[in-house]
Amino acid sequence: MANITLNLISGRTIQQGVAIEGGKEKPLYRTACGIIELDHEDFKKLGAWKNSNVKVTSAYGSVVVKAIEATQGPHPGVGFIPMGPWANAIISPNTYSTGMPTFKGTPVTVEVAINEPILLGIELVQKQCGVNVG
Amino acid sequence: MTKTVTDVICPFCGTLCDDLEVVVSDDGKQLLEVYNACVIGTEKFLHSQAKDRVTRPRLRQADGSWKEISYDEAADYTASMLAKAKKPLMYGWSSTNCEAQSVGNEIAEISKACCDNTAAVCHGTTLIAVQDIGLPTCTLGEVKNRADRVIFWGCNPAHAHPRHMSRYSIFPRGFFTGKGQMSRKMIVVDPRCTDTAKMADVHLQLEQGKDYELLNALRVAFKGEWLPDVVAGIPKEKIREAADMMKSGRFGIIFFGMGVTQSIGKNHNIDEAIAVTKDLNEYTKFSIMPMRGHYNVTGSGEVFAWQFGFPYSVDLTRGFARYNPGDTSSIDLLNRGEVDAMFTIGSDPGAHFPISAVKHIASVPSVCIDPHLTPTSGVSKLHVPVAFNGVETGGNCYRMDNVPIDCRKVVEPPAGMLTDEQFLVMVRDRLKKLKGAA
Repeated sequence: MANITLNLISGRTIQQGVAIEGGKEKPLYRTACGIIELDHEDFKKLGAWKNSNVKVTSAYGSVVVKAIEATQGPHPGVGFIPMGPWANAIISPNTYSTGMPTFKGTPVTVEVAINEPILLGIELVQKQCGVNVG
Repeated sequence: MTKTVTDVICPFCGTLCDDLEVVVSDDGKQLLEVYNACVIGTEKFLHSQAKDRVTRPRLRQADGSWKEISYDEAADYTASMLAKAKKPLMYGWSSTNCEAQSVGNEIAEISKACCDNTAAVCHGTTLIAVQDIGLPTCTLGEVKNRADRVIFWGCNPAHAHPRHMSRYSIFPRGFFTGKGQMSRKMIVVDPRCTDTAKMADVHLQLEQGKDYELLNALRVAFKGEWLPDVVAGIPKEKIREAADMMKSGRFGIIFFGMGVTQSIGKNHNIDEAIAVTKDLNEYTKFSIMPMRGHYNVTGSGEVFAWQFGFPYSVDLTRGFARYNPGDTSSIDLLNRGEVDAMFTIGSDPGAHFPISAVKHIASVPSVCIDPHLTPTSGVSKLHVPVAFNGVETGGNCYRMDNVPIDCRKVVEPPAGMLTDEQFLVMVRDRLKKLKGAA
């Protein structure tokens, strides 16, 4: 198994749209957005089974998501995480004085993390922010 | 017996589909079926009926648990938070109606807040570019009736605006586009082979972040000048093919999305896309339109611009409106730690802001007004659930082409629940008293 380096982009998917309207507290939100879409070739380089948990790390943070084969590929060298708290844990917050963070085009490293859990959306944000939830 | 409400507006995306049919119970209290909507719109309507819905405001206690409070107490808390704050940020507005936005602007003015809408993480850079060089645009009706060249640049309507292509841009038979899809040529520019790209006549699968270069190369190709062999990963022959296809149409339209606004280059990418449109008007008629996301983000820009003179990122802390994205924009304010109170309505920055900005939201007094449970409500001190706009209350909204449309109320909210506007009026009146404003 090897770490691979990718260019990360985030964006909308129809499953993400359904999940946000169906309830962000529900596991369906994690199923829709707690994923990274990788090309077949990138899976080979990573040496991971499809649907394995992976840890994605950038200069701005890291997050555990499920690696699935690209649904709208091929896009070699590009990783796709649907917009949401999982993508936003690692994207570049730099706005370059435009007000807009760099949601697309963040260099990331992907490594296999089979034993690490993928958190639910609200839980992930609360944990990163250190919110006491009783 | 049930009754069917026709011509219902869908409050999900900027397409604002206006042909939905919703079946409600005879007493108008239950929503039973939704017809004609996309899968996301249907989910939005049906989720309003969820049995586990939060129906009363909740205040976070010291031990982290929630305590249910009344709307009066919630309005007191919110007004007092805004009155005490030196630089509150009032963010969101895109999933509420223009009437509520206008009351919100009154509150912002009294409390000398920074106010911003979801364009901050969506088409904010588009607004900067439009101020740079203008926007040759049209309505979606003109696209339906006239467009025979349709370009989707950095957007994926098959997923993000599911009925856009069937209602306006690709499939419908219009006055001058009688053969529907057969009348139109479709070009998609996207670094991924998206479901939209799979339908295209030409897919330019550019290298991510090279939009500016490719747009510039198209301008060169229009003029028939020299091009390098490959630009942004696209061979020059393919660029010329796309350029010729654009020039040969009778009426063209460029729809663009987050692929251009959020990638490196940002507003300069849009500058160049608008310049492409301008150049094409030397040969034929061409328009350009941003694919707005939230159903009323356009309306929020309209109301801000009407009342403050600027469409987003407005700073009222000095008692008059200032606008300087990068300085007065939400992400920058939060990342610099300048905000001392956070008021969120009709959006979810907790899920859609970079985590560095969300951490600051969690560290200050905060109110989240939203019918859903969200990461924002999860990090806020007060969560105020309200009626669903466009489902349980009507109000004015703006479609992505700046056409105002009145949403319809189709079902009653759960007993005792307030709308955004009703709650904001309560906050405004209390704030006036606290601040001694007339």
